[in-house]
Amino acid sequence: MHIVTVVRLVPDLLEEIQVNEQGTDIDREWIGVKLCEFDDHALEESVLIKEASGGATVTAVGIAVEGMDRVLQSAVARGADRVVKIDCGEANPDSRALAKLLSEALPQLKPDLILAGVQTPEDLFGQLVPFLGALMGRPHASGVTGAQVDGNAVVIQQEYGAGRAARLKLALPAVLGVQSASQPPRYVSGTKLRQAIQGTKIETLSLAASGAGSGTIKEMRRPARGQGAEMIEGEAEQVASKIYDALASRGLLGGK
Amino acid sequence: MAVILVYVEAHDGIVAPASLETLAGARQLADGSGGSVEALILAADPTPLLSQIVGADRVLTVSHPSLAAYLPEAHQAVLVEAVKARKPDLLLLANSYVGLDLAASTAIATDRPVVSYCMAAALAGDVLTTTNQVYGGKIEAIAETKLPAVAAVNPGTFQGTVPARAQAETLRLDPPAALGSLASSFIEALKEESGDVDITQQERLVSVGRGIGDAANIEIAQALATALGAEVSASRPVVDAGWMPKSRQVGKSGHKVKPKLYVAVGISGAPEHLEGMRDAGFIVAINQDAKAPIFDVAQIGTTCDLFDLLPALTERLNTRNA
Repeated sequence: MHIVTVVRLVPDLLEEIQVNEQGTDIDREWIGVKLCEFDDHALEESVLIKEASGGATVTAVGIAVEGMDRVLQSAVARGADRVVKIDCGEANPDSRALAKLLSEALPQLKPDLILAGVQTPEDLFGQLVPFLGALMGRPHASGVTGAQVDGNAVVIQQEYGAGRAARLKLALPAVLGVQSASQPPRYVSGTKLRQAIQGTKIETLSLAASGAGSGTIKEMRRPARGQGAEMIEGEAEQVASKIYDALASRGLLGGK
Repeated sequence: MAVILVYVEAHDGIVAPASLETLAGARQLADGSGGSVEALILAADPTPLLSQIVGADRVLTVSHPSLAAYLPEAHQAVLVEAVKARKPDLLLLANSYVGLDLAASTAIATDRPVVSYCMAAALAGDVLTTTNQVYGGKIEAIAETKLPAVAAVNPGTFQGTVPARAQAETLRLDPPAALGSLASSFIEALKEESGDVDITQQERLVSVGRGIGDAANIEIAQALATALGAEVSASRPVVDAGWMPKSRQVGKSGHKVKPKLYVAVGISGAPEHLEGMRDAGFIVAINQDAKAPIFDVAQIGTTCDLFDLLPALTERLNTRNA
């Protein structure tokens, strides 16, 4: 059982996001990046499947960009057995271009199961998992909240919102878009991370990225703000008092 | 003269509200370009769904036992065949979990571009121009996509009702042969573990997000909720971290709520969260980032530190009669 889990670096949404001078992309020069939180869950689920099945191996795969080595090292600290970065000469291929790259690169790794996060904050022109499933001609599912290997198949929980979900069985190899892992992503101790940084051999695959045939972005901008909230500032007690008054005057207070 | 095909999502014999909105949007786009709308229904028995379809000129039905419950592979096979057979200029889907499975995969299988997270759309000639939510709603992108194309539309994008029209023509399509040899199967529908409270039925919610920092801090939100006569709910990151049960989750992957009062604590307001709570009667947002999208939907807001403000507000409520 070989599980490949895709890790992507995406802009940290907790930081301020600026648009570049041309207004066609975000300003990537200063923005902090972090592991896509859904990929974080996909990595966790990959390791959980490995632990549950015994004898499985997990390979984490990412695009060779600044910061990726550390992501791959921490993947090892969390339980990945092997890490591969793909050098494609492009720092930020869109999800369709990445899916094309992976559909060419992954057969060399012979995966039984491919996991990635269900979406990223910037997959405007489509998401990786359904692209990859269709390109590889394999069953795929997004919105996955748990997966267990069952012989030559994987049993997944897929959610649809509003409390609806289903259990489905997909023949292997399959591609899963993880919404959340069965358990929250594990904590990695500093010691384990240091060991992984020293002991990890990162393999490199070289492949050329090709155009994806997506649409074009004409403009990026901050959304026009609606009327927006009436902002209340000051010391906590003052703000509390004003919020209290606003709720009381509208008859919104419950409780005692 | 664009032909727009709408994939209709249904659960338990009911057409999803997001698909009805998408049909209404398709109608607007078609009327603006002198085009027509086709709705695609997939079911073991499409009959109960037919009468729910509004705004289509033609309803295409595909009926097969393997379509009794949603299975991504089966729906993709049918949708791809329908697109190849009908050659619509535009395939529209709701950007739901089902839409996530089908939009991009159908785009690959029919060699079309796809554009996701659309919150506005216009057709001119052979170009679809969309406004799209990206970066957690902090940025919007204007994108141009050449037809024929696939577009996934965010719920809430198309408002308004569609005027009644002449009875739509119904057309049966043959199920694709692939439905006989699927590599996946439906096992069972899962019911969410019922929580101690149904957050969709509450008049007041105090909802905690990532800004709460740690599971142990939820008790200050709980104290406020108690003083306010509210229940505590949460955004996705808090539930994914295991700090709150899934039954308390508000948003696209959780529950849609419409309380009289919604107090958002440390929630930035990603589109997926707003989808679940923007219809609340009165929204109070507490978040340290003044640019957080939550302030766009809130009536009152503050950047005051929640760890100072929540105890102060709780205290104010608890001493109201003193």
